[in-house]
Amino acid sequence: MSALATVFRELVELFVDDGALALAIVAIVVLAALVAALVPQVPLAAGAVLLFGCLGALVLNVMSAGRR
Amino acid sequence: MTGSLALIWPAMAAAFLASLVEAVEALTIVLAVATVRGWRPAGLGAFAGLVALGMIVVALGPLLDLVPLHLLQLVIGILLLLFGMRWLRKAILRSAGVIPLHDEATAFASETAELRDQARRHEARLDWLAALASFKAVLLEGLEVVFIVIALSAGRGMLVPASAGALAACLLVAAIGFIVHRPLARVPENTLKFAVGVMLSAFGVFWTGEGFGVDWPGADLAIVAFAGLFLAVSGAAVVMLRRPRAEVLP
Repeated sequence: MSALATVFRELVELFVDDGALALAIVAIVVLAALVAALVPQVPLAAGAVLLFGCLGALVLNVMSAGRR
Repeated sequence: MTGSLALIWPAMAAAFLASLVEAVEALTIVLAVATVRGWRPAGLGAFAGLVALGMIVVALGPLLDLVPLHLLQLVIGILLLLFGMRWLRKAILRSAGVIPLHDEATAFASETAELRDQARRHEARLDWLAALASFKAVLLEGLEVVFIVIALSAGRGMLVPASAGALAACLLVAAIGFIVHRPLARVPENTLKFAVGVMLSAFGVFWTGEGFGVDWPGADLAIVAFAGLFLAVSGAAVVMLRRPRAEVLP
């Protein structure tokens, strides 16, 4: 059972290393989904939220890690 | 046609480089097991790991065809963003000297020390434990390779080039490991992780956007532009993170 738990934990760790970055990515995806639903006539708006949101989240996260 | 060609090479290269990193990590543990307990448990564990991986691929592979394309792109895109940006974050912090570089020689020493410690405590069961360590390494690192291949080929018919890239990397590492019998400490792992993180993040933004119905300008070529943007921003982040450290030096 503990071996299964270890495998499961390691599987989760494939995608989530820093919780703050993972949360930020999920928040950006949700925001992009909202933009896509609210402004369907401008689909690129959701794309822009996604692209620049991810870039911004990455920079903020590494800068914050650098200060710690 | 241009769009397809624009996607084949990045998909194949990303699969090759990512698989190279994963295969090197798996090889380090298999070699540590072989050093402590011999090739039998190491080989059996690795073989069982490959069989388990094959069974997972055979069982889950056909299910992917049942998932609607937009949903598949969205899910894979989000997972790629999580996976790729995790690698990119770590590579940026390592390049800037914020966290230490991953060292296969240290990983090898740590794994062999752990196995020797287990040997003292559970001598009778050690072959099983050693084989399990080898099995787990091959299965977990292999799952990452399988995920990357599936993610890079999601709904775009890129399964063959992505698989070819991954297979070439795994065979290359296995052959070198078989010949040198040492962990591959000279592989520039952080540079590879940096490159792969950039590519996977770019694919992640592209697939997630496609899942939301975004019609990216330039179609598949947008991936190359996204990769360039991620590379430029990540490079700038490394420079910014290094600067304060340089200022405190005499």
